Amino acid sequence: MTVRVGVVLFPGSNCELDAMRGVEQVGAEAETLWHGDDTVRGVDAVILPGGFAHGDYLRTGAIAQFSPVMRAVREFADAGGPVLGICNGFQVLTEARMLPGALQKNAGLKFLCTDVVVRVETTGSALTNQCVQGAELRIPINHFEGNYVCDDRMLAALQADERVVLRYVENPNGSLDDIAGICNDARNVVGLMPHPERAGDPLVGSADGVVLLRSLLVAAGAPVPVA
Amino acid sequence: MTMFAARIEVSHLPGIADPQGATVERALPALGFTNVAAVHIGKTIRLVLEAPDAAAAELQVAEMCERILANPVIEHYEITVEELVEA
Repeated sequence: MTVRVGVVLFPGSNCELDAMRGVEQVGAEAETLWHGDDTVRGVDAVILPGGFAHGDYLRTGAIAQFSPVMRAVREFADAGGPVLGICNGFQVLTEARMLPGALQKNAGLKFLCTDVVVRVETTGSALTNQCVQGAELRIPINHFEGNYVCDDRMLAALQADERVVLRYVENPNGSLDDIAGICNDARNVVGLMPHPERAGDPLVGSADGVVLLRSLLVAAGAPVPVA
Repeated sequence: MTMFAARIEVSHLPGIADPQGATVERALPALGFTNVAAVHIGKTIRLVLEAPDAAAAELQVAEMCERILANPVIEHYEITVEELVEA
């Protein structure tokens, strides 16, 4: 079975082509989902890509959460469908309360565009089911607002339920508890600041993003690849 | 119906880091302002709305704050509503 992945296009998204190419590279069919359409068109997985949806006005993701497509994405997620938010997509998922907490300006107020190393903290998520627990992956980040915050109670819950999916080995942005990515209670909705779709080939510095996108396809019903 | 001017002050919740405030606080001593502490940066939103009375206007602005104007996970808001008097 070929998995169909829908990549949501908001006005201001700019990583949708990278995301589509990334999942195509690991065997999926990819298509764009328009932010104004109230449907995910029967895809098997949804990606909210990086960029600056609605200009990041007010707060990152604040306007995008009210796009008609987000109603459909929420229904899809509630039915167990895998949803991945990358960078701005992660910000949209927190604003939409599909993931807890919020992302605010990096400590030090620097826009960060660099490779970071993240550690896989759980293999129980739509993004990491094909990873090795504790594996360290080199993935680029490219953000101004990646500094994850939540209240103490939520942090304790994230830690207790092993919902921190990825942690920075060296914290680049002040993120609480070195958090680079988290998942929801049902573990099918995942948000992360690093860009796995930009780490798809040694030619671009790293191919460590491949295993993450492959995990997403497995969560969407693709057969587990033979090692 | 009466016109009201609303002013919303959005600031960080206590305990939530304010990297903009912290950076400005570190920059001020470089200009000779060495006696400054507790710099916080938030935002002000102003809008005009029509409502039966000030209480109704404030209630509606509070709903806007909860749903979009502020993020209650990290932000606190304060609303001031004044009747708009034509000059």
